[in-house]
Amino acid sequence: MSAVQPRLPVGHYRLTHAARMEWIKLSSLRSTLWALLATVAGMIAIGVVTMANTKAPSADHADTFDPVNNVLAGTALGQVIVGVLGVLVITGEYSSGAIRSTLAAVPNRPVLLAAKAAVLGLLTLAVGETVTFVTFLAGRLVLTDAVPRPGLGDPGVLRALVLSGVYLAMVGLLGLALGAVVRHTALAVGLLVGVLYVVPAVLAGLTGMTVAKFFPTMIAANSLAVSKPVAGCLSPWTGFAVLCLYVAVALGAGGRLLVRRDA
Amino acid sequence: MIEARGLSKRYGPTLAVDGLGFDVRPGAVTGFLGPNGSGKSTTMRLIMGLDRPDEGTVRIDGRAYHQLPWPLREVGALLEARTHHPGRSAEKHLAALAAANGIPRSRVGAVLDTVGLTEVARKRAGGFSLGMAQRLGIAAALLGDPGVLLFDEPVNGLDPQGVRWIRDLMKSLAAEGRTVLLSSHLISEMALTADHLIVIGQGRLLADTSVAELTAGGRSLEEAFFAITGSSAEYRGVAPAEHRRQP
Repeated sequence: MSAVQPRLPVGHYRLTHAARMEWIKLSSLRSTLWALLATVAGMIAIGVVTMANTKAPSADHADTFDPVNNVLAGTALGQVIVGVLGVLVITGEYSSGAIRSTLAAVPNRPVLLAAKAAVLGLLTLAVGETVTFVTFLAGRLVLTDAVPRPGLGDPGVLRALVLSGVYLAMVGLLGLALGAVVRHTALAVGLLVGVLYVVPAVLAGLTGMTVAKFFPTMIAANSLAVSKPVAGCLSPWTGFAVLCLYVAVALGAGGRLLVRRDA
Repeated sequence: MIEARGLSKRYGPTLAVDGLGFDVRPGAVTGFLGPNGSGKSTTMRLIMGLDRPDEGTVRIDGRAYHQLPWPLREVGALLEARTHHPGRSAEKHLAALAAANGIPRSRVGAVLDTVGLTEVARKRAGGFSLGMAQRLGIAAALLGDPGVLLFDEPVNGLDPQGVRWIRDLMKSLAAEGRTVLLSSHLISEMALTADHLIVIGQGRLLADTSVAELTAGGRSLEEAFFAITGSSAEYRGVAPAEHRRQP
């Protein structure tokens, strides 16, 4: 009896194949839909309520008054939902055992992580940009007449909206990387919450913005979601560059550990 | 064809696989037999590249698993325990795997038919019984129509019809010229299904022989198995004296 030689297509599986797999997996879980809906609804609601309660600045605060920052207040909530979604993209596979069938199909682990990052990153980027722009336009409408109404063409407004949308995708990727490093949902979510909220809040209380300004949440609030730079914090583009560095280092570490460890 | 050479794997203080070497040839069902904890599942994981051996190599048609250009079209594996996400339907689980290796989407419906899961294909797989989960795992193994198949304890959770079905399936896969490695601790199942046997104990090779040779001289396979593995069972119970049969 001769061996069955499967007729194989030429070439080999590539990142695009792995990305197609990851897209089917991500889009076929109800939790993905609920997480993204919660992000959108939560951010719009918080933005609109904050804008409705925004009062006209007194004369001495007029220079630093930035309604764009108010309308994006919901980022503080949206980031953790997107971050947890990122964690689950990988820890959900370890807890269910699905990682074994995934790695059977795509044994090249850096390619697998890159595919997960690409699919998650693009999806959360699309949602992030949509939600920041919709929130801004909705928030504008509910401002009281006494407050000067910001427009998309005002200096720094477009930058704030675009970078805040990108920020959501970056937190999603940080969640994914954390998940790849620790591989347990609860631990990864705990670390995420620590990095996003607890540590920067404690540091801000102890040392002001000196160190805290380098944490993602502080960068989002004081560097990205602003049309006017905030004194003592990173500038928008510096903050963005620092976040890019975090994402690259975290994904690099996650990829290395996936290669080194048994599945 | 699977070729293992000098495989060793240690988890902490436990040497799970110890200098294991064997060939699994096409056209036959090769049984992989050993007591609980003897290293069968670990060896399967090493073949699949899920775990990395401390020493030795294992090749599939001359290549390490991670070098296969389209892994699921060359190797199909049913591994121990569940390997799917509970929130995803059987159909989407298989569709994702098919997409990863450029396997036509039509194969998803075909393998769901083969394993008898068509009616529940769109239900969340988290609600599947152990037997249904096992069938989904077998569907995933068959998805890429591979020439090499690994089954780790495939009859777990299957009802008698299911057991007979998987037995016939494995024999027909081998008859088509495929390489079939079947791990089990069920000797009776092996006696009915396997042509060739690789017996391990405490991670070491104890026998690599045909079923016919092992049972020569009228010995049952069970007797032969205990003769071979006598000293190597990892976990052993003591028969209560009152239940011991008098000669």
